[in-house]
Amino acid sequence: MSTTAIPTNTKWWNGGRSPFNASYGKVMMWYFLMSDAFTFGAFLISYGTIRFSVNSWADPNQVFNAFPGFGHQNLPLAFVSLMTFILIFSSVTMVLAVHEGHKMNRKGVEKYMILTILGGLAFLGCQAWEWTHLLTGEHIAMLGDGTLSVVPTTVKMNPWGTHVDHEAIAAALQVTPHEKLAEIAATLQHGATAQGLAAKTSAELISAIQASPDLHVNHTGPIAFGGYFFGITGFHGFHVFSGVVINVVMWAKTRLGHFDERGHYEMIEKAGLYWHFVDLVWVFVFLCFYLI
Amino acid sequence: MSEHASSPEITFAHAPAEGTGRIWKVFWLLSVVTIIELVLGFGLAKHWYGEPETSHTMILFVKGVICILSLAKAFYIVSVFMHLGDEIRNFIMTIVVPLLLFLWFIGAFLWDGNSWKNLRNTNAGSHPAKTEQHHQPAVDKDAKK
Repeated sequence: MSTTAIPTNTKWWNGGRSPFNASYGKVMMWYFLMSDAFTFGAFLISYGTIRFSVNSWADPNQVFNAFPGFGHQNLPLAFVSLMTFILIFSSVTMVLAVHEGHKMNRKGVEKYMILTILGGLAFLGCQAWEWTHLLTGEHIAMLGDGTLSVVPTTVKMNPWGTHVDHEAIAAALQVTPHEKLAEIAATLQHGATAQGLAAKTSAELISAIQASPDLHVNHTGPIAFGGYFFGITGFHGFHVFSGVVINVVMWAKTRLGHFDERGHYEMIEKAGLYWHFVDLVWVFVFLCFYLI
Repeated sequence: MSEHASSPEITFAHAPAEGTGRIWKVFWLLSVVTIIELVLGFGLAKHWYGEPETSHTMILFVKGVICILSLAKAFYIVSVFMHLGDEIRNFIMTIVVPLLLFLWFIGAFLWDGNSWKNLRNTNAGSHPAKTEQHHQPAVDKDAKK
């Protein structure tokens, strides 16, 4: 595996040297990442267990179908694909920074570290937009009591349950309170507010709601969906954030010439290991929440 | 100490950097695999594989393919971007072997989740699903307790 020759009589376990022909810091970074993999693994397996235990789960193609600047167009998975490519690309610039470090090229390391930091910030910006969109974007849902309401995606509730057919909607509208009817009608009509529509009678609102071509109602979804989604993507986002902070420190130390003084750029490699791990975790978060 | 002085702590065990060709090759590979995954994932929603009732096995098969593709991506990130493939074999094993525990974790917990669902959908559970109306007497008995 290694291209370095290892002396045959080396006493590996007598202390005073780091094992495995690698530096101590790098070995320990690997073990930290392994333990972090177990943390993420536990979260994702817990999510899988709950998902297996219920009869229906939120359909990712329905939940994640918005793209900034495209309004209400149905673009399933487009935005999260962009986020994925941003993270893959920032992984490439990171490995190129490590490569320049091997060549002791300070300018090259600085350039690629800046690109990696920008990639990380772009990913965090995208995630902030996605979270805001889910937390504030309200959809029509049938509540447990058989009435309709407008529901955002939060840790307490979400509108991503099974589809409700037209007859069931008609029956539910009859028992839905007037102020909820006004709110529902407002989500279906551009430029209208619930306050403005409240002046209309319930019968008028019901016929306006039923006439709308955009009327699409789900039952409220599995309660655990929001907690797992925000919990796990949030934990990953926090890793991205701390990775960006580490990369900024590494960029500053590179610029100050600390690694040239030290004679090697191994710190860039260690920061790189962490950054690639963040990308690696995203592969599985992407798999579990968006693809399957 | 003289023994150690002759071989100080190794900070750069790797051979001097090769070209960047391999890095870009892996980048394209990851991108193409991600696009394939997206097409398959999008297909799941569109029911490209027929009616949901008849295509349950097909959906599971496609999900399995997506999982295997993700594992392939993980392998390339770890072995090329993180250079684990360049470390010595014993070191690789100390990291990879403990991760094999995941095989058991995933199997055991998903099995448990599935069993939970079966309990939920039959009157063996404390909250029978609404679809199981013909078990009504059992529900009444539970409710009276």
